Order: sequence, then structure tokens, then C-alpha cells
Amino acid sequence: MFKSISLRRRESLWGYFFIGPWVIGFIIFTAGPMLASLVLSLTHYDIASAPIFVGLDNYVKLFTGDPKFWHALRVTMTYAFIAIPLNLIFGFLVAYLLNLRVPGVAFWRTIYYLPSVMPGVATALLWGLLFNPRIGVINWLLSLVGIKGPGWLASPQWALPALILMSLWGVGGGMIIYLAGLQGIPTSLYEAAQIDGANRWQQLTRITLPLMSPVIFYNLVTGIIGTFQYFTDAYVLTGGGPVDATLFYNLYLYKQAFTYRNMGYASALAWVLFVIVLVFTLLVFKSSDLWVYYEGEMRG
Amino acid sequence: MRTSATKPQRSKKRAERLEKIIGLVILTIGAVAISIPLLWMISSSLKGKNAVNAFPPQWIPREPVKVELDGRACYLYDIPIDGEVRRLALYRKNGPTGIFVDPENPEEQYEAPVLDGKRVTRIKFHWENFGLALKAAPFARYALNTLIIVVFGTIGTLLSCTLVAYGFARFRAPGMNWLFLLLLATVMLPPQVTLIPTFILFTRIHWYDTLYPLIIPTFFANAWDVFLLRQFFMSLPRELDEAAIIDGCSYWCILWKIIVPQSFPALATVAIFTMLYAWNDFYEPLIYLQSPEHWTLALGLQGFNALYAKQGHLLMAASLMMVVPPVLIFFFAQRLFIQGVVVSGIKG
Repeated sequence: MFKSISLRRRESLWGYFFIGPWVIGFIIFTAGPMLASLVLSLTHYDIASAPIFVGLDNYVKLFTGDPKFWHALRVTMTYAFIAIPLNLIFGFLVAYLLNLRVPGVAFWRTIYYLPSVMPGVATALLWGLLFNPRIGVINWLLSLVGIKGPGWLASPQWALPALILMSLWGVGGGMIIYLAGLQGIPTSLYEAAQIDGANRWQQLTRITLPLMSPVIFYNLVTGIIGTFQYFTDAYVLTGGGPVDATLFYNLYLYKQAFTYRNMGYASALAWVLFVIVLVFTLLVFKSSDLWVYYEGEMRG
Repeated sequence: MRTSATKPQRSKKRAERLEKIIGLVILTIGAVAISIPLLWMISSSLKGKNAVNAFPPQWIPREPVKVELDGRACYLYDIPIDGEVRRLALYRKNGPTGIFVDPENPEEQYEAPVLDGKRVTRIKFHWENFGLALKAAPFARYALNTLIIVVFGTIGTLLSCTLVAYGFARFRAPGMNWLFLLLLATVMLPPQVTLIPTFILFTRIHWYDTLYPLIIPTFFANAWDVFLLRQFFMSLPRELDEAAIIDGCSYWCILWKIIVPQSFPALATVAIFTMLYAWNDFYEPLIYLQSPEHWTLALGLQGFNALYAKQGHLLMAASLMMVVPPVLIFFFAQRLFIQGVVVSGIKG
């Protein structure tokens, strides 16, 4: 009896020992900084001098006296509401077509996925050339069909659409996950549906989409979180301009923290971002009861 | 079987074929659209200074041919003379007309409107762009810094995540499940929330503008890779562990002699993702590295752009060199790679 307890004790201690690196890292790099940034968000702090406690000033200023905050939020949400659904639709479409057992699946998959492994800075610079209003390939292609292309990244109206267009180049990232999901749907379901006389559309809406809804749901959540991390393309290509047309939330936070050294204010921005992401994720989770179908529920 | 196929079955077959063909057409259009930027990068990296700024864009870089006449370089033209197209060098311009000379026979001279002629061009790849780009900025230094981060970051991630995943996969202890949920929850945490205090911490211990902030945290494990490895470890049979314990093997020995040797695919997946992430990352190096001698390739490329924005050919040559390693890794490890995306994607 005593021996078994001590054995179990020993196992526990070893368990804690092995997960130790993560626990220590969690305290130093996650829990500690989270608390610290919450405290910092209540101060004015520029690193050089000691932080000054100002209560909720930063938050009050953020919501009532900072049009750039609202603007950055609007830019980010606009991008999210257009780019995420577009990527979802195209990513799903490509995966669906590949799943028709077309020849050369590996080949297509490679081409579509390739842009997703490339460094963000390199692809941003490449798109900078492609979007060049005067000599760029995109306006040349448009000129072939008789359209005079806009100024893209140099134009306040077209800079954000340009970045959205560019995001579609990464459509392979979602595609690969959808494809794996589609391949996991048992063919017997389709065979049974065909015997019952279901056409392709019915198979898609009654079998494929319901079974894929958890995967779509997952991509939706990560897409929303990802939009609030969006940084490199805007930083490299537009720096947030022209006239703040591409001032994404994360870019604004970066500028507040590292350009203006408003560490307290930037911390407040970070916490507001955290709450927004949390609210959105919870909304998607809540709504998921309505449209996400989990196979396990049926079995249970 | 085929001969006995009934009519509806045959028409179903035909419908499926049609479907595949339509699918292939759409896939091809999409693939062309995806490839255009890539081809443009390759093509631009091989162009001369003029070709890269040419409009309409040149897909295969061409350059006007010049010949030497009286010690001067003259453009070669295809130009109609007396109803016959001749290949002549433009010796001198005289307003809208030009003096054209047969390079084979310099005595033969003609006067003709320059606009009637077409410059003779030939395909020319400027392979020297890669060397020029490398010389234009200290890319060797950037590459070295990047490699240091990649190598140590990968070692750190593999070591720490293996230990932690082993702990979560094989040990029962009070609070263990709760801690695992906490680990998973950190995936949802936007990194900005911890960014500023972490930055201040690293500044305080004088690690700002060194590579340490990009390397040391990898030795404390991360949720994605721990999750991926833990799932893999849990799928390994426990019988071997138990047999090893009876043979007097310690927990360390089980990890190194039994778990790790069976987990090469999962460890390789983690290694590949870590390498790729470290190679491509821009955000953290931007925050922590200030002086150019500590820059990574991503920062160096961005800095290069600031200086050489007008020289698209060198910019694309430099970009292409940075793109090649991750693309090669992807090609060679495609299977592991895609499995990794899928495991962390679907089950995450």
C-alpha cells in the first residue's frame, strides 16, 4: 500500500519535472507579462522614465479621444469581413475540386500551397512590384482587357483592396486543411446518398458542408485571430498609408509602442485587442451550436 | 462488367468525366493565377536594369543587341529598305530619320525613319544579379544571424517540447489535465498582450539588439508543438514503456530509447515548422534587432528595399535567394509538412 502511494508520488514528481520547462516559460513569458501589461495599461510609460499611474486614462482616451483607434479597428474589420470569407470560399472551392479525384492532386496541391511557405517580406516586396501602377503586371493585365488600373498601394481607396487581393494568394493555407477534411468523409455516405437519388448539390449541402462545418469553423476562428495579428504586408508595403488607409490594428499598436514609445497606451491597445478577439471567438463559438455539426453528438 | 453496364450508369460515368474536366479547367486557371507572381519574381531577378522597368512587361528578359562601329556601340535594327527588311545598325540619329549602316559592310549606308525599324533584341539572363545583390548588402551576415536563430531555435523547440509533451502524454499528477487545458488556451492568446512587458524585460537584462530574445524563449516549449508531439506520443503503445520499466529503465531512458526513436516523423514535422517560422519571421526580429549587424534576412531584405527600391531586378534576386530554402524544404518534406498542417489544423 505504502509502496504504491510512493510510486504514484514519484510519477507525479517526474511528470511535473518534465512539463517544468513549459510551466516556467508560462510564468515568465505569458502569465507574468499578461499581468504586467494590464498594470502598464494603467500608466504612462516611455521606458526611459518611471511609469506614472494614471488610472483608466488610457482607456478613456482610446474610446473617446482617439479617432485613429476607431479607424484602425474599422480597417481591420473591413479586411476581416472581406478577406476571410473570400479565402474561405476559394480555399474550399479548390479543395472540393481536388477531391473530385482529378489527376495530379499532389501537383496541384503543391502549386496552391507554395505561396504559404514563402517569407512574408519577400512576397510583400514581390507584390509591391506587381501592384506598381505604371509598370506593374496587374495593371498591364487589366490594360489587356481595356481597363485602366488604379494606383493600388499608392491610392487611399485602392490600397486596402490591393492587400485583400494579395491575401488570396495564400488561399492554399486553408485549402490544405479543407482537403484533409474532405478526404476524411467516408465515401459510403455519398454512395448511400446516390442510391437514394441525391444529386451533387444535395450531396454538397447535406453531407459535405455539415461534415466540414467544424473545419470551416476552425478556419473562421483562426482567421479572425490572424487578422488582428496582420502586420508584415502592411508594414512593408504601405507603412499604414496612404493617409492611414491600411492602418491595421496591430500596426497602430506597433507604432504606439515602438515608434512613439507610449508603452502604457500600447498596453491598453493590446488589452482591448485581447477582449475584441475574445468576444469574436466567443460569438463564433456560441453561433457554432446553430451551424457546426459534430459527428460525436450523433453517435452519443 | 463494363459491357453489362446499364444506361444510367454510363451516363453517370459521363457526368463524372465532365465534372472532372470542368474541375481541371478551374484548377488550371487558379494555378496560372498563383504562378504568375512566382514566375514574375524569377523573371525579374534575371533582368537588366532597363528590362525590369519596361512596359509592357517582359516575361523572358530580352535586351537590344548592339554592335560596335567606329568604337561606338550602336543598336541593331530590322528596318525595311526599298521594300526589303534588312538588319542594320543605327549609326547616327538625324531628327526622326537615322543613318543606318550594314555592320558587315560599313561602306553601305542608308537613311530611313527610325520609327519604321524595330530594335533587334535577344534573350539575356543577368545571372550576375545574384552576386550584385549579395554584394550590395551584408546578406552573408544576415544569413548567418538567421541560421543561428534557426538552428538554436530548432534545438530549443525540439528539446523543450519533447520533454513537456512526454510529461503530458505519460504522467498522471494532480492538476495535470488542468495545466494541459491552460497550455491549449495560450494558443488563443494574442501575442501583443504579452509583447510589451516581454520587450521591457529583455531590454532590462540588456538583451535588446541581441539574438537572445529570439532564441531563449524556444527553450520553454510552445503550445502548438507540445500538442502535436503529445498527440503522437499518446498514440504509441504503452506496453514497451512498461517492459522497459521492468528491465530497470528510468523515465529518461524510456524517453530517449523508446519514445524518441519511434517519433521521428512527428519530431521532423516540428523541426521543419520551427525552421520555416524562424527563417520567415519578420515581426519579432523587427522588434528586438536594431543594428544591421544583428539583422536577419527578413529585416535585411526590408532594409535592402529601402535602399534599392528602384532596382527591382536586384530586389527580386535577393528575394528569390531568401525564398529558395523554405521552398526546397517544402518540396523535400512535403508529406510531413502537410500532415503537420492538418494535425495542428483540424484537431487543434
